Amino acid sequence: MSNKTVKCECGHVNHEGTVLCEACGKPISGNQHIDGNDQNDVLEMRYEGSARRSKTYKRTIVDKTWGFFSSVKVGVWLIVITLIASSLGTIYPQEQFKNSPLPSSQFYEEEYGLTGKIFYQLGFHNMYDSWWYIVLVALIGISIIIASIDRFVPLRRALKNQSVKRNEIFVKRQRLVSENNTLNDEDLTSLKENLKKKRYKVSEEDGHIMAEKNRFSRWGPYVNHIGLIIILLAAIFRMFDLMHTEEYVWVREGETRVLPNTNQEYYIENTEFIYEEYDSNEEEQFRVALENVENPVPKNFQTNAIIYRSTEDTITGQLPDMEEVTRGQIRLNQPLTFDGFALYQAGTQLESEYRTIGFDLENDEETLGSFEFDTDEAPYSFELEDGLEVEVDNYFPELEFTDNGPSSFSKFPRNPGIIFSIENPETTNVERFFYLQEDVISLSDDNELNLSVSDIDRRSASGISITRDYTLPIFGLGAAIFMIGVVQGLYWYHRRIWIHPTESSYHIGVHTNKNWFGMKKELEEITKDTNVQSFHDQQELK
Amino acid sequence: MERKKKRLIFRSAVLAILVGTLVFVLIINLNQDRPSLAEGAEAPNFKLDRLDENGAIELNDLEGQGVMINFWATYCEPCKEEMPHMQELYEEYEDQGIEIIAVSVDKNEFVINNFYNSLGLTFPSVHDRNETVMESYEIVPLPTSYFINPDGTIERIVKGPLTLERLDEYFQEILPEA
Repeated sequence: MSNKTVKCECGHVNHEGTVLCEACGKPISGNQHIDGNDQNDVLEMRYEGSARRSKTYKRTIVDKTWGFFSSVKVGVWLIVITLIASSLGTIYPQEQFKNSPLPSSQFYEEEYGLTGKIFYQLGFHNMYDSWWYIVLVALIGISIIIASIDRFVPLRRALKNQSVKRNEIFVKRQRLVSENNTLNDEDLTSLKENLKKKRYKVSEEDGHIMAEKNRFSRWGPYVNHIGLIIILLAAIFRMFDLMHTEEYVWVREGETRVLPNTNQEYYIENTEFIYEEYDSNEEEQFRVALENVENPVPKNFQTNAIIYRSTEDTITGQLPDMEEVTRGQIRLNQPLTFDGFALYQAGTQLESEYRTIGFDLENDEETLGSFEFDTDEAPYSFELEDGLEVEVDNYFPELEFTDNGPSSFSKFPRNPGIIFSIENPETTNVERFFYLQEDVISLSDDNELNLSVSDIDRRSASGISITRDYTLPIFGLGAAIFMIGVVQGLYWYHRRIWIHPTESSYHIGVHTNKNWFGMKKELEEITKDTNVQSFHDQQELK
Repeated sequence: MERKKKRLIFRSAVLAILVGTLVFVLIINLNQDRPSLAEGAEAPNFKLDRLDENGAIELNDLEGQGVMINFWATYCEPCKEEMPHMQELYEEYEDQGIEIIAVSVDKNEFVINNFYNSLGLTFPSVHDRNETVMESYEIVPLPTSYFINPDGTIERIVKGPLTLERLDEYFQEILPEA
């Protein structure tokens, strides 16, 4: 078997599927149907009329697959399907953002009704990580790569091998044409000079003249696609912990916590949490704006943090020796960065917990002493002056009452309940007290002592998101190359002018890949003060 | 002929790379949510102080014994309900080479000891104050129990409470050979 070839009358042997002869540009008879080209229409100049291989060979499975992905039609459909799917996924929140203790199987139906149920059952609640969505995006990537290879290779070949001398039909069937010009040497010289002034590259062969400029504009789409592929690669890199991690940790004021996903190497201490609101008394310029709002307007969420790094390998569970790495203020959109990590202010539980609760103990006559219950330490007892002892019988960080009596809902001191017993030094009776909801109640009627709350200190919990993202520069690079490709293809035009001598006169054919209006204006300047007749636009006449 | 062959090789190679990348990405994506600690893997070592002041307990020191690591908290009702079962079987299996470590993720030792003493539990109780052990064992729900073979590999991971019968069955699985 040999490759089928098509021989043009100029003698050049073309690949099967060629639309316009590679050498002289004459339409290959019988092959013009490929791009819907008719005998007398303006020539279809896409891909220079070169043979796109995928359109011609479909023998093996590899060729068929290649042909499938090479199709722009397939590519467009893939993009449309992906667009529709992507937009459907945004109708309701994705699973990780649903922000509800309900399991997904109940959440979507209860919150959004029937459509929510359908959304969940179709798996749209986890769309962007689903295998089929990844496959869709990957298919677009494959389509981009194959379609680009399939077009770039023959196009580059065709543009590289352009001959100056073209077939008469090729020149006469360009879109902008000026036929049967009688030109003298002066005209030709002036034309060439004008072309050069307009930065055309002018070449000559046997009296034939070809002028060309801005060929690089034709590579715009391929540069653009390289950018897209780099973006897709960055998305793949993002799947690896080494390149990208995102975690979340709640850290309370005064607390030191290990930063998740750092192999227990880094720790964060929250030294202070600051919350501020806009105040119309202090900031006159906001007075009018603040008059119309009911709720206070937050101005600042800030965590003052110290970052430590362990200096030794320890067995998990043991606190290692640590050294300070950095300290600073974490504000909304102003992260604290160190060693590739960025810590963002991402959540607040404002004054949600009790740090300490102060108590005064007195009998009828005098104050017997005071003590402070620290919710972190939660001591078993307090020693007061005069050897008076206060026992802590029970402590519930977040008090709730169940069938089994008082218990705690969580480990966080959001609503502490404390049971004290104190031996009355005078009567030697043990008196019991229950602290709850910032008040103390006596657990028996004959208590003679009086326990009361003296002061309360609350604290906030700060939600910190820890990200490490080395893929951002790659995304940036991809986006930059993408834009370069767009600019290259859009703001420059590949323009060519063929001056074709016949026995008695000259035909001039003109082609530009876009902006025909600009081309016409440029032609006016080029042909100024010459005998070239005005060009007619063969497409416009129809 | 030559050119056609070359083209086929080129196309096959490009398609193979692209499809290979897609398969690779799908596998990575599939494994993303899968915990790295599975049954059969080696249990990560840890060392925590015993709350009964009898020094520290380190998992690696318990090689040769079957170990149950029970992650619990006082605010977790089902955790507290399975504790008496654990105590009952501990008394039976302790001499046969089974150890139980109750790792509390509470905040205050007060609440742990208060509960522990009220039930008269005797197996070691430790406090994962910094939640580092919890992180390395990828604990999500409470209670979660790990059953560790005498050779240090994970025999079984149980998320949720255990009945007496189940517990007995699982202890049999990790019982060292006499």
